[in-house]
Amino acid sequence: MTIQLVLFFILALVAIATAVGMLVSRNAVYAALFLVLNFATVAVFYLLLNAPFISVAQITVYAGAIMVLFLFVIMLLGGDKLNYPSKLAWQRPAALALGVILFIEAVYIVLGQRGMVPMDYPLPETFGSPVEIGWNLFTQYLLPFEVTSVLLLVAIVGAIVLTKTEKK
Amino acid sequence: MPVSIEYYLGLAIILFILGAVGVLIRRNALIIFMSVELMLNAANLAFVAFARYWQQPSGQIFVFFIMTVAAAEVAVGLALIVTIFRSKDSIDVDLMNSLKG
Repeated sequence: MTIQLVLFFILALVAIATAVGMLVSRNAVYAALFLVLNFATVAVFYLLLNAPFISVAQITVYAGAIMVLFLFVIMLLGGDKLNYPSKLAWQRPAALALGVILFIEAVYIVLGQRGMVPMDYPLPETFGSPVEIGWNLFTQYLLPFEVTSVLLLVAIVGAIVLTKTEKK
Repeated sequence: MPVSIEYYLGLAIILFILGAVGVLIRRNALIIFMSVELMLNAANLAFVAFARYWQQPSGQIFVFFIMTVAAAEVAVGLALIVTIFRSKDSIDVDLMNSLKG
């Protein structure tokens, strides 16, 4: 057992436990905080996978900006009163059964792949560094990057238009 | 024994399925939205694992774009939830059945 494997299993346990905690928690604020912890563990996985830039982006964008937005809206709507029991009794067992079926299918497909080798061969020194990511972003992926700015602009305008109250 | 890619794929599968089950069993629109974020995150984890496996930075750049799309989606989606809460005084998805504002 190498230190990486031990770290992986501990973090995987934390990630799964926080995901389950998010699903079962009655209070929406607790669910959001569980999700923040989950995003933080996934950021550590990115570090283990030689992706430092993506890891920091995960912390700032997901665990920072997106979850703060979530918490704002939960507080705005009154977080602890937002628990609704399901009106369809058969929905929960059906969802769990479908989840188990999806899990079996996915595991079957992954285990069916032959020739997966361990990732222990050496990487280039600069792999996943901000310099390399930026270089790729502004050469090969320049058009998608520019389209992204339009997407963000549309999102800003859309959010403002949707929440604007009509003056009668 | 180093960590092989199957472990990361297995973890991504488990997180994705937990998110999918969350979308199906919860009635609170905010929790459903968080479950969607969990599924996006699981897909991102698989992308980064494959980027490491094939030694291609393209996977990490895809994750960057997915994060941007997720941020835009959250901004618009939360605005929608606030608007629905204003008109119905609830964000129970079972009540959103009229297709009218």
